Amino acid sequence: MDLTLKIWRQAGPRDKGKLVTYQVEDISPDMSFLEMLDVLNERLNAKGEEPVAFDSDCREGICGMCGLMISGQAHGPEKTTTCQLHMRSFSDGETITIEPWRAEAFPVIRDLVVNRSAFDRIIQAGGFISVNTGSAPDAHATPVPKPNAERAFVAAECIGCGACVAACPNASGMLFMGAKVTHLSELPQGQPERMARVVSMVSTHDAEGFGGCTNIGECSKACPKGIPQDVISTLNRDLRMALSSGH
Amino acid sequence: MTDTVQTPDTFGLWTLGDPIADTKAPGGPIENKWTKRKFDAALVNPANRRKLSVIIVGTGLAGGAAAATLGEAGYHVKSFCFQDSPRRAHSIAAQGGINAAKNYKEDGDSVYRLFYDTVKGGDYRARETNVYRLAEVSANIIDQCVAQGVPFAREYGGLLDNRSFGGVQVSRTFYARGQTGQQLLIGAYQALERQVAEGTVEQYVRHEMLEVIVSGGRARGIIARDLETGEIETHLADAVVLASGGYGNVFFLSTNAMGSNVTATWRAHRKGAYFGNPCYTQIHPTCIPVSGDHQSKLTLMSESLRNDGRIWVPKRREDCDKDPRQIAEADRDYYLERIYPAFGNLVPRDIASRQAKNVCDEGRGVGPVVGDFRRGVYLDFADAIKRLGKSAVEAKYGNLFDMYARITGENPYEVPMRIYPAVHYTMGGLWVDYDLQSNIPGLFVTGEANFSDHGANRLGASALMQGLADGYFVLPNTIRDYLAKGPFDTLDANAPEVAAARTSVQERTQRLLAINGDRSVDSFHKELGHIMWEYCGMERTQEGLLKAIDLIRSLREEFWRNVRVLGSADTLNQSLEKAGRVADFLELGELMCIDALHRRESCGGHFRGESQTEDGEALRHDDQFAYVAAWEFTPEAADGIPGGGMGAPVLHKEDLTYEFIELKQRSYK
Repeated sequence: MDLTLKIWRQAGPRDKGKLVTYQVEDISPDMSFLEMLDVLNERLNAKGEEPVAFDSDCREGICGMCGLMISGQAHGPEKTTTCQLHMRSFSDGETITIEPWRAEAFPVIRDLVVNRSAFDRIIQAGGFISVNTGSAPDAHATPVPKPNAERAFVAAECIGCGACVAACPNASGMLFMGAKVTHLSELPQGQPERMARVVSMVSTHDAEGFGGCTNIGECSKACPKGIPQDVISTLNRDLRMALSSGH
Repeated sequence: MTDTVQTPDTFGLWTLGDPIADTKAPGGPIENKWTKRKFDAALVNPANRRKLSVIIVGTGLAGGAAAATLGEAGYHVKSFCFQDSPRRAHSIAAQGGINAAKNYKEDGDSVYRLFYDTVKGGDYRARETNVYRLAEVSANIIDQCVAQGVPFAREYGGLLDNRSFGGVQVSRTFYARGQTGQQLLIGAYQALERQVAEGTVEQYVRHEMLEVIVSGGRARGIIARDLETGEIETHLADAVVLASGGYGNVFFLSTNAMGSNVTATWRAHRKGAYFGNPCYTQIHPTCIPVSGDHQSKLTLMSESLRNDGRIWVPKRREDCDKDPRQIAEADRDYYLERIYPAFGNLVPRDIASRQAKNVCDEGRGVGPVVGDFRRGVYLDFADAIKRLGKSAVEAKYGNLFDMYARITGENPYEVPMRIYPAVHYTMGGLWVDYDLQSNIPGLFVTGEANFSDHGANRLGASALMQGLADGYFVLPNTIRDYLAKGPFDTLDANAPEVAAARTSVQERTQRLLAINGDRSVDSFHKELGHIMWEYCGMERTQEGLLKAIDLIRSLREEFWRNVRVLGSADTLNQSLEKAGRVADFLELGELMCIDALHRRESCGGHFRGESQTEDGEALRHDDQFAYVAAWEFTPEAADGIPGGGMGAPVLHKEDLTYEFIELKQRSYK
């Protein structure tokens, strides 16, 4: 396949960026999207041009490190991570625009690499159960009804890639946060801190510069793990309960 | 039995040093050792803990759990990872599950049975004392994770479900669908973030450790590069923990993450830490094959597929490019069923892997030609679909079939899957004693980064167990015995040994950027990977290993003369990061080959051509090789190549004594 790539190049956090056009020839449809970028980078390196910086690590769709805006869609046209997207999803001669996640809370570091530490700070605000090592009761001491365990698992599948924020016109982090709140709220172990958790996480989310949720649903559609939008309802319900009970 | 093992010859490649002993494991019955060690280890007064600092490199299960636990205890922890968040560490990709001797199924499991299975699975090359302790704390891990909210699979009664995994006869594996590693890591990550909020842990993301600081004979800190700004930073502490994972990426293609590397442990090795059993690598039989030279990594599929899929290749080479559905039954070679009628497609990982390589080397592989031949065998579900129906197969393996279809673009319900072995885990790592302390005082090593628990072959669902055992329960108890001697004298950031470490990092970085040669970092990495796979992979011979050592040496020489790394040192520079890692792989690769060369026996996943039974099966030599090979680095007089100056390493043997388990030879015929 031959492709035209328009790629966001930006030297550093304070530099101005721009789209630069590259022609790449002889791309195999069996390559993953990131392998296609590897090929481009090898060719740039051979020509003495600095390779395009982009994040990736596991390349099997689970670590959440990769994430590109591909022709306006977070992670591209398929419902998967960028690393699991393959070139057979594109056609010969196509022009593909490749940009970093765009959100105030995710500043660009270089080219396609952004800083997502705001997500870590949201988890620090309460996305955990306070239990010190060694103080746990036997695992069978607390049965968890299977439906609750299942829903907790579905929410816990979030990989923290940030596609939800990138896809949202408001750059809201509500799907990410709702997934964590739902994961912990569904479990008996999560109950003692349930109210304090949601209030603290939401206030950190807002302080980090993420936008508000207006129920558009782009987040869930873009989510490579299919986190359902109803986790946001769970979050809102918990937040209402918490605020009305004086938290 | 044929046994053509020759008398020991070092080929001038290594020298023999003094034997070593693990002096920390207490005597007495094996079931009392850990309790005794915990009791004997000195205590640190809670008020003194915040004055004691610990650096932890790596945030996977072993590092993340240790950082959280030491933070909870009140120590001052600095946690480092090269990724943009601790949650990305590659523990996250483990699929299958985690073993624990809970015996919730009342099917005869026990701590002793898990201990026994793990020692046997490691082909009698693991240390008994460590493995027993691993089995002993396994049950606590599950309790801890459930309390953190890890959503393990449950039954309708609300209690935890278990499955049997990796050929063992008891159901002791806890799991969270195919994402057990993810869920356990997120549990550890959340515990870690809680400590960051508490202020006990300082978190450094996008930081790579490039040197360890040793002062007064103790590990006292690290030099790290801030990957965002390029700044070279000095971090000092009372103790250093390396939890930086395995080195499977020395093979270029592996199931490891792109960033997984040996640099942290290799830098420590160069500073004097012994490297244990570097040649022990696990190769997994059911990965999706390479599709072309562009391939950047390999993806594992659960080996549960071998329960229903039948493995075959064409009998004749000329059939290899035919549509497999057009190849008549009589023209197919179901080679595992033919060679191992008793176990068939369910032979252990190492045998399934080696036989796949053999048939492909014979020219009977299938799929695209990569390099000079086809590297793939069929894993065919046609019979299973006929027998069970498509919907039953879909219910069992649907997610794996989907993953396969997404990556290959082929429909495995219609066309047989293609699989090929891939490097998956490295059992070798830095040598540690019972306390998980290396031979450098104050330098501790946990998880896949150390060598200790899996011997020559790791059982399924035991990597997660070891990472969390080390991180939550073992290290926090043993490191306090060391920290109780501290706080150590304040070390000045400009002390000569600190400044020297910093300068060496700066010089190396500048040197990599200054070469400006013709070849990319990746091209060197791929070539190294090819050498390692060919000569230090599933089957090794003296001839091949000697050849590999020569090839690696000349590749390393060329690297330092001809690599091209563009950009600068003071920005995010991914080529520079890769170059540093590949430079270290180029040294590790040689040590792996030397280790493989000296171990003239077939054990675990390693088949040594010169050591086999009459019918071609692996032959171990307990009389000669029941020891841990711990290698000491020797610098060579400068030859003008930075990093080129590797002298002949010194071999220290730690004899493995089996007091509780009887050694047996494996047989699957």
